[in-house]
This record gives sequence, structure tokens and C-alpha cells, in this order.
Amino acid sequence: MKIAVQREDFDAGAEMRALSRDPKVGAVASFVGVVRDVPMTLEHYAGMTEREIGKIVDEAKSRWQVMDCTVIHRIGDLKPTDQIVLVAMASEHRGDAFAACEFVMDYLKTRAPFWKREQTADGARWVEARASDDQAADRWRQEKSDAAGG
Amino acid sequence: MKVKLLFFAALREQLGTAGEEIELPAGVTTLAGIREHLRARGGNFEKAFSGKALVRVALNQEMAQPAAQIKAGDEIAFFPPVTGG
Repeated sequence: MKIAVQREDFDAGAEMRALSRDPKVGAVASFVGVVRDVPMTLEHYAGMTEREIGKIVDEAKSRWQVMDCTVIHRIGDLKPTDQIVLVAMASEHRGDAFAACEFVMDYLKTRAPFWKREQTADGARWVEARASDDQAADRWRQEKSDAAGG
Repeated sequence: MKVKLLFFAALREQLGTAGEEIELPAGVTTLAGIREHLRARGGNFEKAFSGKALVRVALNQEMAQPAAQIKAGDEIAFFPPVTGG
């Protein structure tokens, strides 16, 4: 398991190959977040960020069969087309890898202490949290209670 | 009781400080109590910690509820809703 918060860019292909070295791994699902139109600076709460991502990954492992995983989140100044985040999950089968990857990404967006500050033409502004991100994360709580109930 | 306060992102900018060591008056024993104590300073603190402001709080690097009890030496972080990913 690898969790990293770093300024440097990452090589998603190399990270995914590293996750498929174990011959029992049959699926590696990944997500890469990319900066869209506006340059930005990412701030975080050093220490808490790594702990919080660790807890999210642990929760994913308790729900799905996850054999290994990598989460890398960048901080500092980023420009359009730069990679921001990588979540990659290795499992025996694709279902678990896909679900765990989406779960970690949804929770990371609502729980890990990162903040984006965009450098727009009108000056810098802090990005506001979106209700749709909360709803995406809440969906997993709903699915869990559905599963527990039925 | 002395604790360490941290402020992040828009809140840090609004308050003009990334944090401080603070000696709390007797009677301030919860996170909600600290928030009210800070709000009562007036000025930017009053605005930042008004009832309407969306402020999250972490106690020793774990998300925490307003009723959580604090003790000497705790690290208490206030910040806006997160926007990573």
C-alpha cells in the first residue's frame, strides 16, 4: 500500500505496473484527476491528510477484496493538464477494483483535508465545496445500509 | 489550559494567521466552546466563526464534533469544507 502527498508529478503507468506484480492480481482499476482550465494551488493539512487517506483506504479494504493500492495526491502550484491525483486499486477481479477505486475517490474529495485555490483572470479564489461531491460520498453509506438490510 | 490552534485555506487568509498557541479560560472545555471563545474576539474572528460560517474542525488530526472534549496540549484545526481530488 502506498499513500503519498507530494509536489512532484507521478507516472500513472509505472504505478499501475507496480500494483500488478503479484500474479494473484487480475485487475487494476485507476482514476487520474487532471487540472481543467484554471491554474491552481493546492494546500493541505500535513499529517492529517495522510492519516485520513489511510482511513479511507482501510474502509475500502473492509468492503471489497483489495490486494494492494496506491493513492498519490499532489500539492502546490498546478497548471491546466497537470495530473492532480491518482487512485489505483489492485484486486483479483474487476468488480472489486472498480468499486474500491470509485469509493476511495469519492471519500477523498469530501474527507481528505485539501483545498484548491484557483488563479482566475479576475484574481485568486478558493474553490467552494460542492454538494454533488457530498452526495457522491453519501451514496456509499446508502449502499452499505441497503446491503446490511437485505 | 494551553492548546494549539491551526487555520487553513480561506479561513487562514480571513484571519491573517496560520495558527497560534492559546491559553484557554477556565470553562472552555469543548470544541464548540473554543469556537465561541474565538468568535467573541470580534472583527474577522467574529465573521469567520459566526453561526452561519461553514467551518469544519479536527481534534488531533481527526474530524470531530462540536461537543468533543479538549485537553491541554491538543491540536485543534479549523478549516472550510475540503475541496481536494
